[in-house]
Amino acid sequence: MDIRSMHFVERVRERLDDDELQRNLKRTRGRNAASRAAAVAAFSDFDAVRQRATEIRRSVLRDLDVWLERFEAKATERGATVLWARDGEHACELIADIAKRHGVRTVVKSKSMVSEEAGLNAALEAAGVRPVETDLGEYILQINDNEPPSHIIMPVIHKSKEQVSELFARVHGTPPKTDIEALTHEARAVLRPEFLAADMGLSGGNFLIAETGSVAIVTNEGNGRLCTTLPRVHVALTGIEKVIPTLEDLSTLLRILPRSATGQALTNYVSMLTGPKHAGDPDGPDHMYFVLVDGGRADLLGSEFEDMLRCIRCGACMNHCPVYQTVGGHAYGWVYPGPMGSVLTPLYQGLEKAKDLPHAATLCNQCGVVCPVSIPLPELMRRLREKQVERGLRPWSERLALRAWAWVAGRPKLYALASRIGVRYLRWLADGRDRIQVMGLAPGWTAQRDFPAPAAKTFRELHAERQRAKSRGGAR
Amino acid sequence: MSGTRDDILGRLRRQLGRTEATRAEAQARVEAVIAARQCGPRASADALIERFIERARAMLSTVDRCVTEADVPAHCARWLAGQSLPTGLVVAPPLAHLDWSAAGLQARAGAADGDDRVGVTGCFRAIAETGTLMLRSGVDMPPVNSLLPETHIAVVPSGHIVADMEAAWADARQEWGSGGAGGWPRAVNFVSGPSRTADIEQVIVLGAHGPFRVHLLVVG
Repeated sequence: MDIRSMHFVERVRERLDDDELQRNLKRTRGRNAASRAAAVAAFSDFDAVRQRATEIRRSVLRDLDVWLERFEAKATERGATVLWARDGEHACELIADIAKRHGVRTVVKSKSMVSEEAGLNAALEAAGVRPVETDLGEYILQINDNEPPSHIIMPVIHKSKEQVSELFARVHGTPPKTDIEALTHEARAVLRPEFLAADMGLSGGNFLIAETGSVAIVTNEGNGRLCTTLPRVHVALTGIEKVIPTLEDLSTLLRILPRSATGQALTNYVSMLTGPKHAGDPDGPDHMYFVLVDGGRADLLGSEFEDMLRCIRCGACMNHCPVYQTVGGHAYGWVYPGPMGSVLTPLYQGLEKAKDLPHAATLCNQCGVVCPVSIPLPELMRRLREKQVERGLRPWSERLALRAWAWVAGRPKLYALASRIGVRYLRWLADGRDRIQVMGLAPGWTAQRDFPAPAAKTFRELHAERQRAKSRGGAR
Repeated sequence: MSGTRDDILGRLRRQLGRTEATRAEAQARVEAVIAARQCGPRASADALIERFIERARAMLSTVDRCVTEADVPAHCARWLAGQSLPTGLVVAPPLAHLDWSAAGLQARAGAADGDDRVGVTGCFRAIAETGTLMLRSGVDMPPVNSLLPETHIAVVPSGHIVADMEAAWADARQEWGSGGAGGWPRAVNFVSGPSRTADIEQVIVLGAHGPFRVHLLVVG
């Protein structure tokens, strides 16, 4: 997918002014956070499972090279073919080759964020293969002129049923309907023949299990099962960081992924797929491939951003992010929105292509608190900010202001004078209240919120007064 | 091709500062972790049947009980009639020996196709922690039977109900072995109630792509 993260600030402004989007975001705002909170409250072991899940992911990264070799050996032994892709573009080439080798005309896809990274649909079309998205949300986006998703697990959270209705009526040529059940079943009826006729199924992979050489796929709709059961060829496309050791580890991670994502104790379906169909099996693919993508992941290993590789793509961070909840996912400009996206986009696409994203956060740490694998997201965003400063990627006005501040801060008397003047000015603005509604020199700060009024005296003034009082007391 | 593989693994090794000595250590560590099968916090093993039924209902399966396997056809017939559902079934071969016709049902043994309306399966295990069926693929156990028909009926022998996935995996290793390609099934599907989606306005709708309803018959 092309990256458009350079224009975050402009895009945010457009999103805030988009009344329809704001209505749609408001409709579901906070609902996922509430579902997660209820699921966590009902599960007494949550903290212990979170700790174990973090340990599992951390231990894999420590020996990722060997875990991948172990996975590859086992998957190959079970009859699958394991391919490695440098980046998204390379993954597209490999998958187009597989399609050509097996005479594939149609591919049914279950949700894969890595395929979004790679821009797989466009590449398949260019190779003369027709991709069909089958996750309801992804299908809606595909028929809406390949619109990008705005959430990693709820791709059309930004749309209303009226918008879906209008789209279905136009594309399917059916009478408009705003009953959500009827819309869902209309998509089911359109997609069922596609499943039955497709030559290839493409899935993502939530986990790769080294013990058995299997891929585990977590879905609610059942499209993941259909894509991996009916077509002749199954390709599982995922990142190299998704390996876990054992079936016990899968069990642990499955206790925390759905709860963190949607608040479910378990998703409707978890499929664990191991190699192609066996002799005599009545169903299942004749050929199974894994395409394991690097795409910037290897470079994070052993770096100060390694924690990010633990991510299991639950979406809890965006569900709890006040910035994401206000601007929606499209403003972030690439595949991954919210806090995890603000970290991943600059790391995978280049710091200079996503200058605003590490700043698209209040560092309130809600994301860090809810992350099921304890990724310190605010800390990682802060490190990215530091990198930007080191590489001179911040605007000249900010650099100048910081340099001026540093100059003043290095001169204690001047600093004391400046802060005294600053406090008096802010007190004057507050005009006896405890908050400032419009800040004269920086009105942008107070456009959406109040600024707290400072105390009457600076710390230094209070300290000096106290010292004076003490020495008077001592003289008496 | 192998160029990319070696390049990616080579870069991972460089990032980790891997040497021949630490590589041997890592290989030993990896095999030890797999052999140890360490578990995280696990589910309670009390009142398995009751808990399974309660959790399965919470996941929107319907649940009925009967005493012996021979009662299954009559129970199915009664439930299907109550739901005004058709009487033609596609049945997993291991259940074909039951007397379906005596209950007024037309059962075909084999794999479901796009036209079958009701699919009947057994289950390898059932998980009490989440009310989940664990189904395996195999010559006589086609996964399509729990997937293509609008209605899925699963026969759950009460002795197959285990506390959690960890317990089910222990049984799986026992039965399928952890070795060669023959024993381990191509697909292991965990099913917790009917297919669903909440993609439009986060309103839950059943019957997204898989069954609209899942009925469990606990036997014994």
